[in-house]
Formats: sequence, C-alpha cells, structure tokens
Amino acid sequence: MKLWKKNLILILAVVIITVIPLLVLPNAEFGGADGEAEAAITEIDPDYKPWFETLLEPASGEIESLLFALQAAIGAGVVGFVLGRITAKSKDKKTAEGHHESD
Amino acid sequence: MMKTTKLQKILVSASAVLCAALFFSPQASAMHIMEGYLNPGWAIAWGVVCVPFVVWGFFSISKSVKQSSKNLVLLAMCGAFAFVLSALKIPSVSGSCSHPTGVGLGAVLFGPSAMSVIGVIILLFQALLLAHGGLSTLGANTFSMAIAGPLVSFGVFKLCKKLGVSSGIAVFFAAALGDLFTYLVTSVQLALDHPDPTGGFLASFSKFAGIFAVTQIPLAICEGLLTVVIYNVLVKYSRKELESLHAL
Repeated sequence: MKLWKKNLILILAVVIITVIPLLVLPNAEFGGADGEAEAAITEIDPDYKPWFETLLEPASGEIESLLFALQAAIGAGVVGFVLGRITAKSKDKKTAEGHHESD
Repeated sequence: MMKTTKLQKILVSASAVLCAALFFSPQASAMHIMEGYLNPGWAIAWGVVCVPFVVWGFFSISKSVKQSSKNLVLLAMCGAFAFVLSALKIPSVSGSCSHPTGVGLGAVLFGPSAMSVIGVIILLFQALLLAHGGLSTLGANTFSMAIAGPLVSFGVFKLCKKLGVSSGIAVFFAAALGDLFTYLVTSVQLALDHPDPTGGFLASFSKFAGIFAVTQIPLAICEGLLTVVIYNVLVKYSRKELESLHAL
C-alpha cells in the first residue's frame, strides 16, 4: 500500500474515534478530566484548599483557546518543516541519481 | 514532484481534520494535576525524583546530537509533535475531554530519557501561560508524562521488536500504552496524596483512575495511530537515521 493511503486510513480512524463520543453522548458536557479530578479531591477531602495559585490565568476562554491554538500551530509548523526537509532531500537525491543514469 | 504534492495534500487534510476536531470540543481544560492540588510534601518529592531523569536526558540528547546533526532535526520534530498533541483536547467516551501526551514518538527514537527534557519544556509552557497543570505540580506532572510514559513506550517498543512484531504495530502499542500509563501514574499520584478517608489509597485510586484512565483509552488509541502516521513517513524517508538510532 502507498504511504499516503496508509496514513490517510490511519488519520480517518482517528477522526472516527474522535467523533463517536460526540454522536453517542449528545448531552455530555465534555468538560476537562482535570476538572472532574478536582471535584473528586473535594469529595474525598472536603477541607482541602489548593495551597498555590496559578501565576497567570488566561483572561478568558477565548484567550486560553488562542494560546492552545498557538501551541498547536508552533508544533505543527516545526513538524511540517522537518517532514518537508526530510522528504524533499531524498527526492532531490533520487532525481540527481536519475539524471546520472540517463547520462 | 508528484509525491511531494500528495504528501502536502495529506498534511493539509490532516491539519484540516484536526482543526475540525478541535472545533467540536466545546469546553477548554483537560488534565495534568492542577496547580496547588498536591500537598507541598508530595509536590517537592516528585520534583526531586525527576531531577536525575532530566539530567540523564540532557546527556542523552547531547550524545545523540553529537552522533549526527540530523538527529537534532528529528529530535526537534519529536518535541514539536508532542507540543501539538498535548494542545489537542479531544472528546472521549466518558463525556469529558483530555489530551494525548505525544511523547511516545520521541521515546521510541531517542530513548526514554530524552523526552523528559522536552516534557518539562511543554509542561512549563502550559503551566506558565495556560494555567494548565501548574508550577507546584510540575514535578509530579513531569514524572507521569515525561518520565513514566516514555519509559513504558520505550520498553514496549523494544519488547515488541524482540517478539518479532512489525515496527509500525510496535510503535502503535508503544505510544498508546505510554499515554495510558501516564494517566495511571497521575491517578496514583493523586491517590497517594488524597487517600479516601474510609477506603484509603485503593478506593481513591480507583476513583481517579476511573476519571482519567477511562477518558484516556480512546485518546491513547488516537495517539498511537497519529504516532504511526509520522513514523511511516520517517521509515520511508529517513531510514538511515532510524537505523542508527535503533528505532526501526
């Protein structure tokens, strides 16, 4: 199987796994698992008070999503850049070899 | 030329799909132990445990970079991959969201310790800018995501190879099980600090594991699949480097 076909199938599988919960559980909140853990701690130990506060809290949910998007964008940019270099290099070599053979 | 455009198409469609997935998750916030939710004793203890691993990681990274400058490029990509994946909060069958760790790829390529350094960087970024995780819980989160997870990933990959499993499947299990193990460790850490008043550690652990591990199972599978996507590209275009890193 061609590389891109194989990878496309894998990516489709990821999409399906991601979408299923949304379809199966239309009324779920889809909040963060850490929020639930926080609730569980309060349940186990009602007197527990966090002893350390976050230094910088994103001003709003929008700002938070901006920062998360930024994190993903930086990462994706680097991954794309490196994959581009790796794949392009071996391409050049191949064409160079090809020219050599045709000579 | 044809193949490059195909690859570009795959990359573009992949990013589009991931974007779409992001839009579907309505609420932001995911996992890691929250700021201030581990008592100072445990917070410091986990931090201390991490120090030797991070130092080991520094040496291990400088060793592989000295071996070949191409390794630096690959390592940068592994770090960036973890950066992307840990920003993606994905809905799960438990009705809540969490995110993958993305450290399995780096662990398979560069060994278990290299990702501890990269993990600290990611966790610092999230703790300082995103109020996600925290400075007081940095040690505990580093241990679960950047040390325990990668150790399992590395071990699973080597074990699978020894058993004659094909590399792609070995990478899948390495990444997926490393991801799952990270959240089991998180649950252990929380249960040690917050034992149930009647049921003790075990009751508390099953409560936290119920929250984290169940949510994480489908995400671990996603992480495994996405790691194989990148690994497949490396197998085709970067075979030599993988061979020299004993990651083929």
